[in-house]
Amino acid sequence: MDQQAEHRADRIVKSYEEELRRLRELIARMGGLAERQVADSAYALVRRDSELAGEVVGRDAPIDALEREVDAFCVRLLALRQPMAGDLRFIIAALKISQDIERIGDYARNVAKRAIIIAGQPFLGGVNGFQWMAQLVQRNLKDSIDAFLREDAELAERVWAADAPVDDIYTGIFREMLTHMMEDPRNITAATHMLFIAKNFERIGDHATNIAETVHYAVRGAILPEDRPKADISADLPPSPPA
Amino acid sequence: MHQATTGSAPAGTTQNASPAAVAAPKAGAASPARQGGTGSFGGMAARSTAGMNAPRIAIRGLDFFYGDNKALKGITLDLPDRQVTGMIGPSGCGKSTLLRVLNRMYSLYPGQRAEGEVMMDGENIIDPALDLNALRARIGMVFQKPTPFPMTIAENIAFGIRLHESLNRAEMAERVEWALTRAALWPEVKDRLNSSAMGLSGGQQQRLCIARTIAVRPEVILFDEPTSALDPISTLRIEELIDELKRDFTIAIVTHNMQQAARCADQVAFFYLGELVEVAPAADLFTAPRQKRTQEYITGRFG
Repeated sequence: MDQQAEHRADRIVKSYEEELRRLRELIARMGGLAERQVADSAYALVRRDSELAGEVVGRDAPIDALEREVDAFCVRLLALRQPMAGDLRFIIAALKISQDIERIGDYARNVAKRAIIIAGQPFLGGVNGFQWMAQLVQRNLKDSIDAFLREDAELAERVWAADAPVDDIYTGIFREMLTHMMEDPRNITAATHMLFIAKNFERIGDHATNIAETVHYAVRGAILPEDRPKADISADLPPSPPA
Repeated sequence: MHQATTGSAPAGTTQNASPAAVAAPKAGAASPARQGGTGSFGGMAARSTAGMNAPRIAIRGLDFFYGDNKALKGITLDLPDRQVTGMIGPSGCGKSTLLRVLNRMYSLYPGQRAEGEVMMDGENIIDPALDLNALRARIGMVFQKPTPFPMTIAENIAFGIRLHESLNRAEMAERVEWALTRAALWPEVKDRLNSSAMGLSGGQQQRLCIARTIAVRPEVILFDEPTSALDPISTLRIEELIDELKRDFTIAIVTHNMQQAARCADQVAFFYLGELVEVAPAADLFTAPRQKRTQEYITGRFG
């Protein structure tokens, strides 16, 4: 049953409607904070801006606090309202999505921490891959949250299928960093941090995909298939000699 | 089992089951699909008809009239053997009417008639020529309010048995104990079998009525809001009892309490304005109903 853009009859219990609206707002707020964290951590990395990176590190706590608030609120709704059908799926989805967003916040904070270290290290050359990757995961994150707020299963499906380019870039960065390390051992510190940063962005992309899957279930009541398109082959790569 | 009502060809694998398959207990229980289905809550596997037994009663294109008023419109529904079918819907949706059809209660009233098929063991049980007493021994009913007879506890049970069978004193005592035991009432009443049933609590009276119903060893038991007059603990006792009784009996339960339907029923049917809107395994209907009207009703948007 497709609920999007369909007129829905009013709920008999108004306060319940209010509570669900509040839950939606909490997720919107969390999503907005996390999007900004991802964007700022990427910007701080690319611009070697330690001050901004420091701010990002300090701004993770409000996301964690919101996650606890969503948790408590969902448990309360489940206990007091005994939600059914779409309401039940919506509340369960909010519970899961808030966990994904919280993890995304952690990854962004970790990127920012490493960006501070990297700012004091030799410059390793191109950050285009990072910029591009950050943009892709930001868009996927924004779209997956929007899909939740608008109950848009099709948008969720598009996000779900759009993670492969992120994996591609990650694999490219992995190769590039290996090359830097082999060229000059003094690059190892920076390159290792850069690898972790790339991994963090890749994980953020995965959580955006998780959110998209959750949204799809919440809206349609059916679970997406398990075999999502994937392109991260870094686990299968042997270290290759520098070109 | 997500077919949406009226006259549509019943979906599913259970429809062509032979009487032999009907008799086989839990025909579908061992199928891999079912095992997969219960594991994935709301998943693709749980969405299938797997897990529903062969029908004990098969309702096909049933219409029912109170005079000129058509109260049931083309109902097609299976009551799977030894499983619980919950019926939900707002007042006046036809769910209680359907129960009244199933044991021919309506035959007491002139001007009420049913058309279509309600097949049980190869017989159409709405055939006017059918022996009603025999039918009601096979399809028992428990009502909203406990209705003990103003007799002793033992007599309440024996009364119905005497209409259908002649048992000697020992056999009768044995049957009374069996019925009271199955109704989870025996430990509470075994020392006062000859005192009046009217002295029992509401919950005990309802279990007495269930004992009276199963005493004649029916195949199907119909429950019409069996707990709406009971306290929460008595309610849970009755629900536990229903869960236990479905090992031997095919059960249909009409309830206004959706959580009760979710707890008790294997499949749930949602009725609205005399139509069967949706029937599905309980886990599916309450997590991901297919029909918009079902969704709206169970999330409290009308009713």
